[in-house]
Amino acid sequence: MSLLEIEKLSLTIGGTPILRDVELSVAPGEVMGLVGESGSGKSMTALTVMQLLPWAARATGRVTFDGIDILAASEDQMCALRGDDIGMVFQEPMTALNPVKTIGEQVAEGIRWHTRASRADAEQRARKMLDRVGLPAAQFPLSRYPHELSGGQRQRVVIAIACALKPKLLIADEPTTALDVVLQAQILDLLRDLVAENRMGLLLISHDLAVVTEMADRITILRHGEVMEAGDTARTLSEQLHPYTRQLAQASMHLPARARTHDSGSAKPLLQVANVTRDYPGRRISLLKPAAPIRAVDDVSFSMAPGQSVALVGRSGCGKSTLARMVLALDKPTAGTIRFRGDTLTGKSEAELKPARRDMQVVFQDPYGSFDPRQKVERLVAEPLHVLEKKPAPAARREMVAHALHEVGLSPKDMDKYPHEFSGGQRQRLSIARAIITRPKLVVADEPVSALDVSIRAQILDLFAELNQKLGIAYLFITHDLTVARAITDEVMVMHDGKIVERGRTSEVLDHPQSEAAKALVAAAPDLHRAIAKRLQEQG
Amino acid sequence: MTLHIDIPDENLAGILARAFRNRSFLAGFVITALVAAVAILSFFWTPYDVTRLVISDKTQAPSLAHWFGTDHFGRDILSMIMVGARNSIAVALVAVGIGMGIGVPLGAFAAARGGIADDVLMRLNDLVFAFPALLSAIMITAIFGPGAFNAIIAIGIFNVPVFARVARAGALAIWPREFILAARAAGKSRTLISIEHVLPNIATLLLVQGTIQFALGILAEAGLSYVGLGTQPPMPSWGRMLFDAQTRMVVAPWMAIFPGMAIVITVLGLNLLGDGIADILDPKSRRQR
Amino acid sequence: MTAYLLKRLAIAVVTLVLASMVVFAVLEIIPGDPARLMLGLNASADQIELLRSQMGLNAPVVLRYLHWAGGLLSLDFGRSYTYSVPVIDLVRERLVVSLPLALMALALSTVIAIPVGLFSASRRGRAGDTIAMGAAQLGVAVPNFWFALMLIYLFAVWLRLVPGGGFPGWSAGVWPALKSLLLPAVALALPQAAILARVTRSALIEVLNEDYIRTARAKGLPYRLVLWRHALRNAMIPVVTILGLQFAFLLAGTIIIENVFYLPGLGRLVFQAINQRDLIVVESVVMLLVAAVIVVNFVVDLSYAVVDPRLRGRQ
Repeated sequence: MSLLEIEKLSLTIGGTPILRDVELSVAPGEVMGLVGESGSGKSMTALTVMQLLPWAARATGRVTFDGIDILAASEDQMCALRGDDIGMVFQEPMTALNPVKTIGEQVAEGIRWHTRASRADAEQRARKMLDRVGLPAAQFPLSRYPHELSGGQRQRVVIAIACALKPKLLIADEPTTALDVVLQAQILDLLRDLVAENRMGLLLISHDLAVVTEMADRITILRHGEVMEAGDTARTLSEQLHPYTRQLAQASMHLPARARTHDSGSAKPLLQVANVTRDYPGRRISLLKPAAPIRAVDDVSFSMAPGQSVALVGRSGCGKSTLARMVLALDKPTAGTIRFRGDTLTGKSEAELKPARRDMQVVFQDPYGSFDPRQKVERLVAEPLHVLEKKPAPAARREMVAHALHEVGLSPKDMDKYPHEFSGGQRQRLSIARAIITRPKLVVADEPVSALDVSIRAQILDLFAELNQKLGIAYLFITHDLTVARAITDEVMVMHDGKIVERGRTSEVLDHPQSEAAKALVAAAPDLHRAIAKRLQEQG
Repeated sequence: MTLHIDIPDENLAGILARAFRNRSFLAGFVITALVAAVAILSFFWTPYDVTRLVISDKTQAPSLAHWFGTDHFGRDILSMIMVGARNSIAVALVAVGIGMGIGVPLGAFAAARGGIADDVLMRLNDLVFAFPALLSAIMITAIFGPGAFNAIIAIGIFNVPVFARVARAGALAIWPREFILAARAAGKSRTLISIEHVLPNIATLLLVQGTIQFALGILAEAGLSYVGLGTQPPMPSWGRMLFDAQTRMVVAPWMAIFPGMAIVITVLGLNLLGDGIADILDPKSRRQR
Repeated sequence: MTAYLLKRLAIAVVTLVLASMVVFAVLEIIPGDPARLMLGLNASADQIELLRSQMGLNAPVVLRYLHWAGGLLSLDFGRSYTYSVPVIDLVRERLVVSLPLALMALALSTVIAIPVGLFSASRRGRAGDTIAMGAAQLGVAVPNFWFALMLIYLFAVWLRLVPGGGFPGWSAGVWPALKSLLLPAVALALPQAAILARVTRSALIEVLNEDYIRTARAKGLPYRLVLWRHALRNAMIPVVTILGLQFAFLLAGTIIIENVFYLPGLGRLVFQAINQRDLIVVESVVMLLVAAVIVVNFVVDLSYAVVDPRLRGRQ
C-alpha cells in the first residue's frame, strides 16, 4: 500500500498548464526522488500534496495520502495533516524562519497545536528535536533567534519543525540547493537518518541527479510538467532508456574537450597576488572596546600564467569572492599587493586603473541580476568599451558587439533586444560576450554556471573551454562545485578560512587531496558516477 | 529597513497594455486628465468672469444659470473652481519639481558615496523631518509674506527630504546588484553609474512618490489658502473658498461642498494614478492577479 | 541593544540641538523689533533702547542663543511680548486642549485603521477588501478641514448633537469638554485612519508573501492563526513608523482644525502669535513641537528594537 499516491494529476495556474497527468507514489519508509530542471513543475507537485498552492491554481486528478483524498479535503482536514502527518522542508533556509520568533517557539508551535501539549511539554519535545538535528542545548538554547544562526543551522531548525511530530511523509524541496557541498552532505545525512529512524516516506525534490541518486530508492523524472521516466534509481540511471534521462545524466557528467592545457611558471606571470589581506570592520559588542575586525582574506599569495585556467574552490564564506573582487580592483586589500601584467593595481585611482581594466573582465553568477533590465543588449555588451582610450564610433561599436555575440553563439540580431527576452543560458552567453569584447587577458568568473540547469551548464562550460583555447584568455574560476573545476581548469586552489591551503594540478588535487579542507570538499561533492556505482553494488 | 525593488522585465508596449487593464490606473488617469483639462480650459474660457462681483446675484443656490451656485459676492462657484484648479495644480507641481530636483540628486549622491557624506545628508534629512511640515510652512509664509510663490517654496522645501529619502533607499537597493558591479568593472565612475544605471531603475519609484507628493501638495496648498497664507484674493483658490464658506454654512452650504469636492476628486485621481503605476510596475503584485 | 539605543539617542539629541539652532536663526533674521512691538507706536527711542537692553536683545547672537536654549532646558521660555506673561503659562493653558485632542485622534485612528487593515489583508481581492480600500482611498483624499466643515454642518447645524465649535474648558466638567473635542478629533482621525489602514494592509500582504508564512502553514496552523501569530508582528514595523509620523502630524495638524472649531489650542496660539509678531511664543511652540516629534521618533526606534530581535544584537 502506498503512503502517497498521485494519479493523473494536472494543474493549471491562472489558466497556464503547469502539470499534466503526473503519476507518482511513495511507500512508507521509501525515498522517492523527484528530478527535473527549473520550470518542470516539481515544486508545484509538492505544494499540491500540501495544498499550499497559489490561489489561482486548479488541480484535477487524484492525490491520496494515507487513504485521504487530498484534493477533496477541507482546509481543516489539511491543517490536521500538515505538520503532523506530512512535514515539509523548503529550499531557502535564510527566509524560511520567522525573524521575530525564537527557534524554540517555532519548533514548539506545531507540537502544541497538534498535540495540545502544555507549553513546558512542547518546549521539552522541541529541545529533544533540536538536539536530534544537531543543535545541542549548550550552543543553541531555545531562546536563539534565526538571525543568530548560519544557513546550515537554520535548515536544521526547519527540519526540526518538519519532523517534530514524526510525520509519515516528509517532503523536502531542494533542501540543500542554497548550501555549500559540505553542508549539503551533512544535511542529506541528517535527512537520511531521520527517515530511517522513524520509517518516514521521503519525497526528495532536486535538480541535482547525483544528490537524488545518492538518496533515493526510486526516482521520477519530470520535464515541462510531465513524467518522462520513473523507476528504480540504479536501474533507471544505469540503463538510461529514455532519451531525456540519458541527456540529463550526460549533461551532469559533461567534460568539455580541451586540447591543450597550460602550466604555470613557464612564461612571465599575468597576475601576481602577494600577501593580500582584507579585513572588514566587525560588529561592535562593547561601546568601549573597538570591534575586532573580521578577516575575510588572510595573507594570500599566488600567481597565474597567461592563458592558464585556475579554479578557486572553497566553502561559502571562505573568502573566495572577496579575493576575486580585489583581483578585479573592485575592493581594496587591507594589506599586500596585487600586480597585473607587471603593474601594481593596489592604491591606484579609477583613472589609472583603466588600462588594466581593458585586459580584465568579469562574469557573474546570476544571469538575471547581471544586466540592467532597462538597457538593450548592444549597450550592455558594449559597456566595457568604456575603458578604451579611443571610443569606437557607433558603427564600429555595433560591429564589435555583433562579433562578440557571434563568438558566444548568439545572433548579431540579438543586440536590439532587452535582456528579459533571453533565457538564463542565453543571458550567461551575453555575460560572456560582454566579458570578451575588449579581448581581455584575464576573465574572473564568479560561480558562472551554478545558477543554470545541467544541460545548459554543459553548453556554457563548452563555451568557456572553447574561448580559452581560441583566444588564450586566462580564467580565474570561483566555484564551490568541484565538477566545474574538473571540467575546465588546469589548476585548483583550495581556500579555507581566508587562506589558500592547497594548490596543485586539478586532477591531482581532486583525486588525492592533501589538506583537511580539500578532503572535506572532495568527500562531500556529489558525483553521479560514484553514486550509481554504489547503488548497483548495494543491490548486488 | 531595506527596500526591495523588482525591476519589471518588459518593454513599453507590454507595460502600456497592462496599464489599460488596470482599473486604478485608468480611473486615476481619466480623473487627472479631466482636472488638468479643466485647469487649461480656465485660461481661455470660464462660464463667468471670476473677477466681476455681482452683488445682486449673491449666495444663490445651484441653478441652471449657476450650476454650483454663487458666493457672497455673487461670483460663479464653478468658474472659481476652474480657475482654482489652475492655481492648485501649479503650486503643487512646482513644489514637486523643487523636491525632485534637489532631493533626488542628493539621495542618489548619498547612496553612491556612502560614508560621511551619506551620514551628514541623512542627519540633515532627519532635521527637516523633525519640523511639522504644515506648521513650518505656515511659519515660512507668515514670515516672508503670504502668497502663491512663498507657498510653493514652503511646500517645496518639505518635499526635498521626502524625495532624498526615497531616492537613497531605491539607489541603495540597486547598488549591490551585479550589473552595477559589471559597470564598475568596466571602469565607470560612480556618478556615471548613478546616471546610466541607478536613476533609470528607480524612476518608477520616484514617479509613484511624485504623484503622492503632488496630491499632498494640493492638500497643503488648500490648507495654506484656507488660513489665508496661500494664493491671495481676488485670485480664487479652493482653500480660500472654503474659508469664505465657513461662516455661511447655514445659508449657503454649496459654497463649502463644491470646492471641497474639487479637492477630493483631484487628490483621489492623483492617488489612484500613483497606486495604478505602482501596481503595474510591480511584478510581484502582477503575479498574484 | 544598548549600542543601538545609544546611537538612536545620540541622533535624537544632535537633531534637537540643530533644530533649536534653525528655529533661533530663522526668527533672528525676521524683520521687526520686539521692543518696539511691545511698547507700541508712541514709544521714544530711549524707551525702546532701555527695553532692548533689559530684554538682553543687545547681547551677541551666540550668547542670546545659549541663554534661550538654556532657558528651554529649565522650561523657562521667556515672556510673551504681547501678553506679557511667561510663555510657559500660555503653552500650558493651550496644551490641555491640544494634547487631549491629538491623543484622542491618534487613538481613534489606530482603533479604526488596524482592524480594517487586518480585515482587508485577510480578505484580499474579495468584495469586503475592495469596499474597505475604496473608502480608505477616498479618506486619504479628503482635506481634514473640509471634512470638519461637513461634520459641523451635519452634526452641529443639522442634527444639533454636539456643539459646532468652542471649548468650555475642563472646569465645565469632563464630559462637556470631551464632547466639544469629539468632532475635531473625528475630523483629524478619519483621514489619518485611511492612511494607516492602507499601510497596515500592504505591510501585511507583503509579509504574507514571505517564506516563513509558508513554513508556518506547513506546520498545520490555520490561516487565521498564521495571520495573528506570524504576520502581524512582522508587519508592525511600517505601521509603527506611520503611527509616529502621524502623531507629529496630528500635533501640528490641529492648527487648522483648531481654527475651524474655534478651539483655544496650541495651533491657535501659534497662529495668533505669528500674526502679532510675538516671536518668542512662536519660537517656543515650534521648539516644543519639534521636540515632541523627535521624542516620538525615538520612541518609534525603541519599539523597532522591541519588535525586531535583529536590532537587539547578541544577548
